Amino acid sequence: MNDLLTRRKVLAGLGLAGLAALTGCDTSPKLDFKYGKDLSNKILGRSFKLQDVHGDTYALSSFYGSMPMVFFGFTQCPAICPTTLARAVQIKKLMGRDGDFLKVVFITLDPERDTPQVLEDYVKAFDPTFTALSGTPEQIAATAKEFGVFYEKVPLGDSYTVSHSSTSFVFDSRGRLHLGLSHSLTAKECAEDLLTLMEIC
Amino acid sequence: MLPIRKPLAVLALCAAALPALAQTTVENAWARASVANQHSSGAFMTLTSDTDAKLVAVQSPVAKDVQIHEMKMNGDVMTMGPVSSLDLPAGKAVSLDANGYHVMLMGLVHQLKQGQEVPLTLVIEDAKGNKENLEIKAPVRSLTEGEPEMKHGHVHQ
Repeated sequence: MNDLLTRRKVLAGLGLAGLAALTGCDTSPKLDFKYGKDLSNKILGRSFKLQDVHGDTYALSSFYGSMPMVFFGFTQCPAICPTTLARAVQIKKLMGRDGDFLKVVFITLDPERDTPQVLEDYVKAFDPTFTALSGTPEQIAATAKEFGVFYEKVPLGDSYTVSHSSTSFVFDSRGRLHLGLSHSLTAKECAEDLLTLMEIC
Repeated sequence: MLPIRKPLAVLALCAAALPALAQTTVENAWARASVANQHSSGAFMTLTSDTDAKLVAVQSPVAKDVQIHEMKMNGDVMTMGPVSSLDLPAGKAVSLDANGYHVMLMGLVHQLKQGQEVPLTLVIEDAKGNKENLEIKAPVRSLTEGEPEMKHGHVHQ
């Protein structure tokens, strides 16, 4: 009997539950996302360090053991940011009990105007479990850069607005990037792909 | 008979009153709630004009500056900016929603809370250049309002 056959037999004997425990997140099977972009071959967002309203520092590793969904915006954005946050609320509901595994992280691209308190109040108004992160303009610029997120201030009278990328980035429980969810996807489409990703977490 | 007669009477009243009041109807107007010290928010609605017209300005006492904005997607990047007017072709329902045009309330003078109403003056200009002010009150809805899937209940296949 060769090794391969033996191994196969052992695996078969373990059954489905055992197999899942054995493979866990260690393997990198090809995930079949139906709607989102497979970003498994990209390395993004590995070294950011930003603060919440209490001054606690968060890095990607702060979210190990859960499935972080990270996206960028600003509180004075009337359209895409609230709809993306509202969609995240809806996604969590659609995922049922698995929704608790999803950790929603909102990073401001407008640290000069989004004071930590306004940012916190805004994000928590959607769901108190969401995390709102900010930093110095330099830290935000570095974070956006490492995520490949484009943003720029656009003058508006004596004020300005911010144009920005709208993708939500989803990592597995060990901080490996897998999925990019476009702004145009519905909550149901996102939830379906997130449940696919959960199969390996 | 009474339950039927009453709505008919109301309908008749509306029909009589509408053409005299305005040629533009406003449906489903609402403003998004804000949190304390948030400087801006948005207002949304559906406008239908009987004749070709355009929305040229919006005023409100709740904000220092009110602009008509267009949100555009350039690939993955969202950009937003003011437009000088919004065309209201005759008979066509024009939506101001989170996916296109909206009324931007900039420099909020107070926090917008659910249950309040935001007075808005819509300045509509007809094809001849006559301007008319349309006064409406937009109820303030929660921050989480406006997720398209929730609003229309449609499902993408």
